[in-house]
Amino acid sequence: MENFQYILPEIFISVSIMLFLLFGVFKKNSASLIYNLSNISLVILLALIINLSSLEKIFLFNNSYLLDNLSNYMKIILVGSGIFVMLTGSKYIQVINLNKIEYPILILSSILGMMIMISSNDLIVFYMGLELQSLALYVLASFNRDNLLSTESGLKYFVLSALSSGLLLYGCSLTYGFSESTNFDQILINSTEFNYGTTFGIVFILVGLAFKISAVPFHMWAPDVYQGSPTSVTLFFAILPKIAALSVFIKFLYTPFASMNDQWQTIIVFISIASMIFGAVAAIGQKNLKRLIAYSSISHMGYSLAGLATVSNQGIQSSITYISIYLVMNLAFFSCLFMLKRNDKYYENIEDLSGLSKKHPILSFSLLIVLFSLAGIPPLAGFFAKFYVFLAVIEQSMYFLAIVGLLATVVAAFYYLRIIKIIYFDPEKEEFETSHNLGLKITLAISTIFILAYFIYPSGITEIVSKINMI
Amino acid sequence: MNFPILSSLILLPTIGALFILFTKSSSGKYQSSKYVALFISLANFLLSLYLWYVFDKNSIDFQFVENREWLSGFINYKVGIDGISILFVILTTFITPICIISVNATIKNRLKDFLIAILIMETFMIGVFCSLDLVVFYLFFEAGLIPMFLIIGIWGGERRVYSAFKFFLYTLLGSVLMLVAIISIYWITGTTDVEKLYELGIKAEYQNLLWLAFFSSFAVKTPMWPVHTWLPDAHVEAPTVGSVLLASILLKMAGYGFIRFSIGLFPIASEYFTMLVYILSLIAIIYTSLVALMQEDMKKLIAYSSVAHMGFVTLGIFTMTQQGIEGSIFQMISHGLISAALFLSVGVVYERHHTRLINKYGGLVSIMPRYAIVFMVFTLGALGLPGTTGFIGEFLILMGAFEKNILVAMIASLGVILGAAYMLWLFKRVVFGKINNQELKSMKDLKTFEIITLSALVIPILFFGFYPEPLMNSIESSVENTLTMYNFDLINSLASKD
Repeated sequence: MENFQYILPEIFISVSIMLFLLFGVFKKNSASLIYNLSNISLVILLALIINLSSLEKIFLFNNSYLLDNLSNYMKIILVGSGIFVMLTGSKYIQVINLNKIEYPILILSSILGMMIMISSNDLIVFYMGLELQSLALYVLASFNRDNLLSTESGLKYFVLSALSSGLLLYGCSLTYGFSESTNFDQILINSTEFNYGTTFGIVFILVGLAFKISAVPFHMWAPDVYQGSPTSVTLFFAILPKIAALSVFIKFLYTPFASMNDQWQTIIVFISIASMIFGAVAAIGQKNLKRLIAYSSISHMGYSLAGLATVSNQGIQSSITYISIYLVMNLAFFSCLFMLKRNDKYYENIEDLSGLSKKHPILSFSLLIVLFSLAGIPPLAGFFAKFYVFLAVIEQSMYFLAIVGLLATVVAAFYYLRIIKIIYFDPEKEEFETSHNLGLKITLAISTIFILAYFIYPSGITEIVSKINMI
Repeated sequence: MNFPILSSLILLPTIGALFILFTKSSSGKYQSSKYVALFISLANFLLSLYLWYVFDKNSIDFQFVENREWLSGFINYKVGIDGISILFVILTTFITPICIISVNATIKNRLKDFLIAILIMETFMIGVFCSLDLVVFYLFFEAGLIPMFLIIGIWGGERRVYSAFKFFLYTLLGSVLMLVAIISIYWITGTTDVEKLYELGIKAEYQNLLWLAFFSSFAVKTPMWPVHTWLPDAHVEAPTVGSVLLASILLKMAGYGFIRFSIGLFPIASEYFTMLVYILSLIAIIYTSLVALMQEDMKKLIAYSSVAHMGFVTLGIFTMTQQGIEGSIFQMISHGLISAALFLSVGVVYERHHTRLINKYGGLVSIMPRYAIVFMVFTLGALGLPGTTGFIGEFLILMGAFEKNILVAMIASLGVILGAAYMLWLFKRVVFGKINNQELKSMKDLKTFEIITLSALVIPILFFGFYPEPLMNSIESSVENTLTMYNFDLINSLASKD
């Protein structure tokens, strides 16, 4: 029983989910209440996780569950961004009539799944967490069920994700078959010699994970799902599953498969380069902002994988820093998107931004900052994210990866600039509403100031992240 | 010297910009914002003059150095100046108030945003010339793209979007390779601190590639042939003030970079690639001069002449002689003043007549005599007449070139003749001749603020043309030091080969 104090956060959130569910069933019209309660429970959850984060490394439940610096940090940014996602979306789901009790509960259960994924140290535990989060996500994607695009995206995500889960599972069973264990550490010990079985296992597992992280060539679902889902769910998609998947990526590559880095390094480099280039090129022609951000997130995932490809602590840390800054940028971007509202209708095409700067100087300025940051122009936070990654990549003399990545940023800069052009240079259109809920405003303010002022004290995140050592 | 004078110089304009951001002004006029901006930029100018006054001109070390921990453990925020950079800092702080005064005429809408952009721009430009760490340098170097992109794009002419994109993407493309090089330097030597790098030196085997990466960035920014094509577009479409900033300061970042980084850090590679730079510079000088001859748009003509003048600068730097480098620095300062003045002059007539086409003008001398006089001074400065700053720069560069390579110098001298040709022809067509266009007759002569800005530029052009000593004095020991280090490194590398 002494193990249970360490998984207090997970227990707490499971109990909350069940309570909310019961509460929602027995009390009518309690959607808003549950939404707020869920948000509060996320704050408590964050406090519980931070409370445990001083611990160095603890194995639980027969080594199948692991708390270490990596999982603590990832859980903190996961739950932290979850809070902001809930804050920004609260008004949106009311306006488009999605305010049902299932919505916050699904988000909580998906977060629970991700937490299990992040902490798992065993193939079976990992798969359990993965499926919990995926199941919640399928429903979330199609949550706006009267909308054709939303149902399509839910179905599409379900079919493709099920396929990738199948591949992942196949990879897991191969790995188990050849290394005789499902425990990550045990797999590492047992797989000392090269054999094709484990190699195939790695490939299948990587494919499944690359799907979750929407890296090329397993990205096909991302644009449709991003566009079709309700915007608040898109924001969720853009941030939280990426954090969890990246964390699992790190875990898989550097625990069970650590000794086989010559096998997977090429795969990661390829996925990384392909994502960077594809994300940059394919976004150019997009007209829908959500679709565009889907492609942009594909290329951003490419950069964070580039850090992983280095097989060095520096690289892992740079990836984690990258995803931390990436999530802030996405929060800021989507906060801006939530502000494009007129007569209870949300606008999400690039053309709708035309001439925004004349009537909404502050909103446009925030967008300007976010877009330049996404493009990686100094002195904004996005530049530092890329800088750390390339610092790690060049340390390992992977010049090709670095140069391709940097050239891809130039291509990507084009489409970010195009949005800025439309905001600042084009003739103005009708005004948008200016009254927004407090949570949205706070999120936008915090994230924009973070991006803008990051250069003043850039070592903050680095210092925290530098504790995460996998090798 | 505990007072962080350089950081104050860098940050003051940003503080001013923030101040403007939060002040409310009666809609449309923005008088108060303008005064705030002017006040801040003048204060900055005075601060930089004070800096020049207390600056020890005989020392070869970096002065007023500030070194603070920044990126935990491995990169420091380090700024400092020597005799070379101080001149560029003063040039920047001198040009900015002039830009802010001239804002009156050219910028009609969103004045407040424009002033903020200019002040932020000033921060970045001063930062570039002060930074003594490669990463800090890169940060300022690239950050300048954002305000400039907005200046061209929001307040520019008809094809502003195209030009703004071209400007941004060209420069960014050049710079990313420099970022790779900077990071590589960090891993090769363990530091990006420029002073330490001067001491440590970089191994010969890495130098060529690193030099090329830096070159790709500086060549775009200079701009050198064949990557100069963004410049005419950007100049033509930018508002007058934008062109002034672009021509007089932004282009100098690259020239400064060549001296500080290319020569300073990679002497062996610089020696190796000298011929390449010579050839590109000569093409720039001759080819763009010829192109300038055929231009019908005044701004475009001046833009091409800028490329030619910058060709002289790169040529002078890579002669690796005391005269050549001093001449290049002098030429950069002089070009900063003269091209700013020329663009302002074009702005004067453009604002009155709304066209930049040369053939729409003619005979301005009888309508606007004062304008004709100042414009003549600037024209003569641009073609390098003795008595103006333009002459001293070109003369020294050619002297340096003759010492190293007579053929190169001969060809470059042709550029001087061509320069005289296009500038005088421009002057003849605009100012002299009969008034063919009757609309011109209603044009008024210079207004007070135009007299202020233009005479503020005439004075240093003539003063330093006759008496270059103060400027020369300041750069002499630093250039000497740069060359000593350069030759020392070269000899060492030759010795190690034998």
